[in-house]
Amino acid sequence: MLCESCGKQPATVHLTDIVNKKKHELHLCEECARKKELIPATSTGVPLNLEALISLIMVPAGVQETDTSSLVCPTCGLSYAAFRAQGRLGCPDDYEAFRPALLPLLERIHRNVVHQGKTPRHATWRESRIAELDQLRTELAAAIAAEQFEEAARIRDRIRHKETADEPR
Amino acid sequence: MNLDSLLPNLGEWLKGTGPESDVVVSTRLRLARNIAHYPFTSRATLHQKAEIESRVREVFNQVDLGCPVQYVPVANLPPLDRQFLVERQLVSRELANVLEGPRGVAFDERESVSVMVNEEDHLRLQVLRSGLALEEAWTVIDRVDDGLESKLAYAFHEQFGYLTACPTNVGTGMRASVMVHLPALGITKQIEKVFRALQKINLVVRGLYGEGSRASGDLYQISNQVTLGKSESRILAEIREVIAMILQYERQARQLLLRERRQAEQDRVARALGTLSSATMITSEETMELLSAVRLGMNLHLVEEIPANIVNQLFIQTQAAHLQKLMGMPLDGEERNAARARFLRNKLRELGANPR
Repeated sequence: MLCESCGKQPATVHLTDIVNKKKHELHLCEECARKKELIPATSTGVPLNLEALISLIMVPAGVQETDTSSLVCPTCGLSYAAFRAQGRLGCPDDYEAFRPALLPLLERIHRNVVHQGKTPRHATWRESRIAELDQLRTELAAAIAAEQFEEAARIRDRIRHKETADEPR
Repeated sequence: MNLDSLLPNLGEWLKGTGPESDVVVSTRLRLARNIAHYPFTSRATLHQKAEIESRVREVFNQVDLGCPVQYVPVANLPPLDRQFLVERQLVSRELANVLEGPRGVAFDERESVSVMVNEEDHLRLQVLRSGLALEEAWTVIDRVDDGLESKLAYAFHEQFGYLTACPTNVGTGMRASVMVHLPALGITKQIEKVFRALQKINLVVRGLYGEGSRASGDLYQISNQVTLGKSESRILAEIREVIAMILQYERQARQLLLRERRQAEQDRVARALGTLSSATMITSEETMELLSAVRLGMNLHLVEEIPANIVNQLFIQTQAAHLQKLMGMPLDGEERNAARARFLRNKLRELGANPR
C-alpha cells in the first residue's frame, strides 16, 4: 500500500478513527506523517499530536477545510451563516465568496454544479465585468496612496474573487 | 392604468384551447434574471430598487420584446388591485403582499407576457399559454430575454450561469410549469401514486397559485426543480415526456369512469351544475370543486356543451378580488359568498347550461 498523501512511499503509519460509528482510515508514509505533525520530529517521548490527527482524518483527501460559517462576502457584507438563516443570497458576488460552501449545496439541489444552456447573447455582462475590475484597481491604488490599508486589503480581496471568477473552468 | 379595464377580457391562457386542452389548462415559463453590480432585491436599498425600476422601465420603452408591454407599479396599488393581479397570474403573492419598496409588473394586452420587477430577483420574466405549448412559450420568452439583455448587463457567471437570489434557481433560472386538470386520477385515487413518481424524478407538484398553495379544483402545476446543469431544451423535453405520461393516465382513468360508473358520474356532474346554478351562498373552495366536476363532465360529454373557456374563466372570476371588482365594491366573507352564488347563477343561466 502506498502513502495516501504523496503516493510514492509505502505507507507505514496506519491511523484508524471511529467517530459517530463511522470509520475513517488513513495510510501514510513516515515522511508525510512527520510533515503533517502526526509524529514528533525526534522521538523524545512526546505523545502523538491528537488534534492534528483528528482534523486530518475527518477531512476527506483533497478537500481544504474551511469554516463555512465564517465566510463573508466582501461586496455586500452578507455572512454565510446569515444566508443559511434566510435562504437568500445578498448579491451576485456571493457565489464566489461562498463557493466552498455553495458547491456541496448546489450539488445536493441540482446534482450538478456547471451551467448548461443559454448564455447572454450580448457581451454586455463580460464588458461590465472588465470595467468593474478596472474600477476596483483604481480604488485600490487610491486606498494605498491614502495609506488606508484595511480598505486596500478589502478591495484586494474583491479583485481576487472577481479574477478567479473569470478563469475558465 | 386602471385595472378595471382588464376585467371584461381574460388572459389568452384561459381560452381553453391549445394542444391537449382536455387535460392541460395552461403552460407557463419563467426566467429569473438579475442585473449585474446591484445587490439582490432582499439586500437592495430603496434607492437601489428605485434605480433598477426606472432603468428597467426605460428599457421596456426602448426595446422590441415582440409585443408592447405596459408597466404597472405595484407599490402604490390598493390591496384589492394587487390581489386582482395575483388571481390573474400576472404577479406572485410575494410581489403583491410581502415585498416592499419600488416594484411592479409589465405585461402585454393579451396577458401572455409579463415581467415582474424587484421580485425575489430583479427580473422575473413569464410567458403564459393556453394548453400544452412549451416550445412556443420558450420561443417567446427567449426573445423577451434577448431584448432585455441587449440593454441590461445581467449577473452571469461562466460556471454557475444566470445568478439568482436563491441557489435553487441558479443556472438557467428557468421554471417550466404545466397546469393540469386531473379530476379522474383524483376520483380513482391514483393521484398520490403519480405524484410520488414525479418527486422521484425531481419534478414538483403545486396548487393553482404556486408555491405553498393548496391544490383546489383538481388543478395542479407540474414543474421542474433542477435549473443547474441541464439546458433549457433538455428541461422542457423532460417535462414534456412526463406530461405525456400524465395525460395518458388521466385519460385512461376518465375512460374507466365512463365504463364502470357512467351513471354515477353523470349524476355527480348534474348535481354540481345544479348547485352552481341555484345556490344562494357558495364559498370559493366549493365553487372550485364543483367547477372541476363540470369541466370533467364537459370533456366526457356528460353535460350539454358549455364553451370550455367559460369554465376556465369561472375558476378565475369567482376568486375574491375578481368578484369584488365585478360587483364594483368591497365585500366581506359572507357577502362575497352570496355575490359569488349570484354571479354563477347569472352566468350559467345566460349560457342555458343544462345537465344532459
